[in-house]
Amino acid sequence: MSIDNEIGAPRCVVGRRQLIAQLRTVLPPHCLLIEEEELRPYECDGLTAYRQLPSLVALPENEAQAQAALEICAALNAPVVPRGAATGLSGGAMPHRDGVVVSLAKLKRIVKLDPLARTAVVQPGVRNLAVSEAAAPYGLYYAPDPSSQIACTIGGNVAENSGGVHCLKYGLTVHNVLRVRGLTVDGEIVEFGNAALDAPGYDLLALMNGSEGMLALITEVTVKLTPKPELAQVVLASFDEVTKAGDAVAGIIAAGIIPAGLEMMDKKATHAVEPYVNAGYDMDAEAILLCESDGTPEEVAEEIARMKAVLEHSGASGIRVSQNEAERLKFWAGRKAAFPAVGRITPDYLCMDGTIPRKNLARMLVAIAEMEVRYGLRCANVFHAGDGNLHPLIMYDANVPGQLDLATAFGAEILELSVELGGTITGEHGVGIEKIGQMCAQFSPDELDLFRRLKRAFDPGGLLNPGKAIPAAARCREYRLTRGAAPLAGSVR
Amino acid sequence: MQTHLADFIEGTPEGREADTILRSCVHCGFCTATCPTYQLLGDELDGPRGRIYLIKQMLEGRPVSRLTQVHLDRCLSCRSCETTCPSGVNYHRLLDIGRGVVERCVPRPMAEKAMRFLLREALPRPWLFGAAVKLGRWMRPLLPPALADKVPATPGEGAGAWPKAAAHKRRMIVLAGCVQPALAPDTNAAAARVLDKLGIALFEAAGAGCCGALRYHLDAHERALADMRRLIDAWWPHVDSEQFGGIEAIVMTASGCGAHVRDFGALLGHDPVYAGKAARISALTRDISEVLDAEREGLAALLGEAGAGTGPEVSFHSPCTLQHGQKVRGVVESLLAVAGYRLSPVAGAHLCCGSAGTYSITQPALSTRLRDNKLAALGAGSPAVFATANVGCQTHLQSGTATPVRHWIELIDERLNG
Repeated sequence: MSIDNEIGAPRCVVGRRQLIAQLRTVLPPHCLLIEEEELRPYECDGLTAYRQLPSLVALPENEAQAQAALEICAALNAPVVPRGAATGLSGGAMPHRDGVVVSLAKLKRIVKLDPLARTAVVQPGVRNLAVSEAAAPYGLYYAPDPSSQIACTIGGNVAENSGGVHCLKYGLTVHNVLRVRGLTVDGEIVEFGNAALDAPGYDLLALMNGSEGMLALITEVTVKLTPKPELAQVVLASFDEVTKAGDAVAGIIAAGIIPAGLEMMDKKATHAVEPYVNAGYDMDAEAILLCESDGTPEEVAEEIARMKAVLEHSGASGIRVSQNEAERLKFWAGRKAAFPAVGRITPDYLCMDGTIPRKNLARMLVAIAEMEVRYGLRCANVFHAGDGNLHPLIMYDANVPGQLDLATAFGAEILELSVELGGTITGEHGVGIEKIGQMCAQFSPDELDLFRRLKRAFDPGGLLNPGKAIPAAARCREYRLTRGAAPLAGSVR
Repeated sequence: MQTHLADFIEGTPEGREADTILRSCVHCGFCTATCPTYQLLGDELDGPRGRIYLIKQMLEGRPVSRLTQVHLDRCLSCRSCETTCPSGVNYHRLLDIGRGVVERCVPRPMAEKAMRFLLREALPRPWLFGAAVKLGRWMRPLLPPALADKVPATPGEGAGAWPKAAAHKRRMIVLAGCVQPALAPDTNAAAARVLDKLGIALFEAAGAGCCGALRYHLDAHERALADMRRLIDAWWPHVDSEQFGGIEAIVMTASGCGAHVRDFGALLGHDPVYAGKAARISALTRDISEVLDAEREGLAALLGEAGAGTGPEVSFHSPCTLQHGQKVRGVVESLLAVAGYRLSPVAGAHLCCGSAGTYSITQPALSTRLRDNKLAALGAGSPAVFATANVGCQTHLQSGTATPVRHWIELIDERLNG
């Protein structure tokens, strides 16, 4: 199915020469890439299975240049695909054939850090971790911590409403952003939210979070900073059966504990990361859980004791508690590096991002194990277990004909099962191009139509990141026909 | 990543190696976060992931031009990305292969060609380079700034005395190097004095010359391999000899050379004559910090009172070739602490200072920005002295500051023998 059929695909192909000539008047020479040789490395983001050579790449150095570039693109009816660090795993930054990729990586200044108000104003190209590093001298940090936080940027975090291992307790990006400044498709400056916690009118700020670059081009973000807890400790528990680990997760939440992080990795995942990180994971365990507590030393001691009791009751075969900050970070380092480290045991992988109610974790794991046999592909499992967010990593070899298709089908089945078990097709990676088909399973035609109207309200011509996140009606009709199933609607979290 | 290498390289040893490396990359982009040039320029093409893509498309047979060359040239080869990469991508080998192919396919502008020729021919010859430095000092006002900065304004203090040849049973070779004798003549002498106190005789082997790193990183691979073979020939009688009683280690006081010599085994792996010898040489190679680390107890005993933690404040710049290339981290810092120095924290310690072999001459603008950033980080705590572990970094950093920049072994030597 061609993505050009999606909503808002431009009606006529723009004149590339004219576009280049005009963009050259507003961008310095090194900020406009036009030759195929330079464009090719921009053909995909972190999801390499989906690639598309862009028509041009623009690298504005400030908001004024971005604004001028957008005005030109809008006037010439050229699609615009915003791009941050391109670490995304759903193809949200995959270019459009006739479009201009607008990279915001050069806008990387921390404009203002206010330790008293606990806020930071940053440009979109500032790395997630750089915000926390800048805030560290004041005992503050930026709470959402996606695994790619070393490289991913705030603009992309807002566009994808990124989560992370600590979002169970501290919330997703949407809960940690106060204000977003951006440009509409025709270059008008808009602001959503403000420095206060609440704002009059509809909450359009929330709408910006997770809008996948389809509503506005983000040029500045005000984020909330969180005081660093006095103490954080993590429990590392091993299990000889994955189902026991799954049940332990449900047990911890049922006991009324909200851990600062609750993560699960299966044996294939721990075996991939251990040689690189030497985190000290139990190599015999079928699954491990990382369960973090933070707060005052007294709170942590009390909570860790309760966590240990639940884990032991669930049949943990081994329990270790980090004894110092270095050890805590080491335990986490393996989890943070899990995705790329799987690259050590397979040339390629697809990282899925479904969510399910926590009580169904064990059931999902059993189903995935059965799918591994049926598809003949291995799958390592890394979960934000605490919020039921699954990251199965389906391993394949792109050089073997047919394996990508198999992997894609495998992934689709996991997502469809997620919806069936009462969950969703994405927890934090966004829909992008990867899960656009499954959107038809997630939402009813009426709901999808509402999304389309919302998109048109911001971007009537459909030029901002066309073909992403919201499927065209035709795609969904075809999807339902080929899947032979009615939409599994009404299960929005 | 999916790969379809073109006929010209598929199946060759280089092609097979490149394919393996390309396929180990999952395109996660973590590397861009710690890449000095990506952090300065913000263009995918100036980070490791983009360069890997540029190399990939070239090896897959797509047209290649100056556009690719410019971005590969901008890479410092600092290997910070390799430290960051969770997938274990052997980036520097892929870059070397890629640069070699570009060099064969894309002609360089005349001025650049002449500059690279000069660097390739003059730097690796100690006699020529030594004379050039003297001449350069004299002609300093007439040189272009990028070059003038690199010529030390005053002659170095000259090599301090080497210890008298003692009858130590333990013997190690040290590489004299090509530019170090002219730019930092006291480094090896200081290393020899320190090791002498520890009962180890250090000596330079005759006929050793340049390790080949300079030419290799200027993409003159064949010439570099010849340098490497010559060096192996000069060392081999000492390595494999009844007469000399064998040596314990080959010691490097310039981490740039150390990282390269440690790669001999891989780089000459396909050479039927030299493969075995090269692997042996690589295995014997130690940075001076590793040698001293193994003698930590003896060193602490010798230092006695001097190691009481009351020494001057120093900030240490760990060269990329030490921390990323040889993966020796935290060792020099702890040795300096043993010797009583107080270490100033350095922000962005993983980032390159911009020296990077001949980079400071071939890419003066980027190099200067990196140098100034590094000097600001090193100077944040206002220490009395900056220390490093590679002659290139030392000279480069010194060109932008009045604070003395020294090899850390000299600082240890001062505490022992001062």
